[in-house]
Amino acid sequence: MTAAVAIKDSEVAVDEEGYLVNLADWNEEVANAMAAEDNIALTENHWEVINFLRDYYAEYQVAPAIRVLTKAIGKKLGPEKGNSKYLYELFPYGPAKQACRYAGLPKPTGCI
Amino acid sequence: MAVLHTTNKSPMQTRDLESCLRLSRPGSGILLMEDAVYGALKETAAGTMLSKTTKDKRIYVLGPDLAARGFTPEEVVPGVEVVDYGGFVDLAVKYHHVQAWV
Amino acid sequence: MSDTQDEGRGIPKVKRFMLVNRKAPYGTIYALEALEVVLIAAAFDQDVSLVFVDDGVYQIRKGQQTKDIGQKNFSPTYRALGDYDIEKLYVERESLEARGLAADDLLVPVQVLGAVELGALMDEQDVVFSF
Repeated sequence: MTAAVAIKDSEVAVDEEGYLVNLADWNEEVANAMAAEDNIALTENHWEVINFLRDYYAEYQVAPAIRVLTKAIGKKLGPEKGNSKYLYELFPYGPAKQACRYAGLPKPTGCI
Repeated sequence: MAVLHTTNKSPMQTRDLESCLRLSRPGSGILLMEDAVYGALKETAAGTMLSKTTKDKRIYVLGPDLAARGFTPEEVVPGVEVVDYGGFVDLAVKYHHVQAWV
Repeated sequence: MSDTQDEGRGIPKVKRFMLVNRKAPYGTIYALEALEVVLIAAAFDQDVSLVFVDDGVYQIRKGQQTKDIGQKNFSPTYRALGDYDIEKLYVERESLEARGLAADDLLVPVQVLGAVELGALMDEQDVVFSF
């Protein structure tokens, strides 16, 4: 059984954990709709992480585990953003998992 | 720190045994099981290759797999030891770890 | 005995894991499975090393383009291993040379070792996984 996320008058298929079935279905509206279901309004800070993840995936074909994400964000956006406190505030359900889901990526490998 | 290496494919079919012999160190054990038992037979290229290594590596062949394929211990090259399942377990315990060449 | 004491105090023991890759990519699922295992092992903070022997060296050949075979090109992921603190990548010299390849043809920096050296390294491991 597949679930779906409603976007305006269409919907996209997601798996039982809420990740996109087809990565090509992603657009910004999909991310906004997923976040809205979690009662989160995406801000510029959220987008910074989501876009970072999409770039990372495009480059390495893998969704980074939380430890890798934190370190890589720190390297790119500075230590005030590359720490778990900051990232958990943005994505309370677990930064790697939740942000990867909004970014339309698979669940990160190595996330327990 | 001796390692027990296992291989389960016919050496006429794959190069697992060859790589195993190349990368295993003196003192290692090598157990041929399933289709790899063909490699322990006399008058095969693999058997000849194996008989040259029995001085610094112990070579074992799993008896039940040999019997299942219609061969007897007499048809195995000298220096290769035939073991049963119990013997296999003893080997796995005796060596530091088991490395499968699959 | 110190191992047991460490475990008693709740300090997780770091084991030396080695993954030995001996199959080419795409023809079978082994290479991709090994990559998944290595990423998971890294998440548990283990001492992980990756070895490429026989056709396994083809896994890290530069320039893989899988669009037309309808499979995911997972070769870029090897370049992310450094982010996962997996720095120990070894290639057997004999396997590389038998395939007419050199370290320059590979998409990640590796240590090229001869069979004798590599065999010694294999013997030092706690656990060896073969793919």
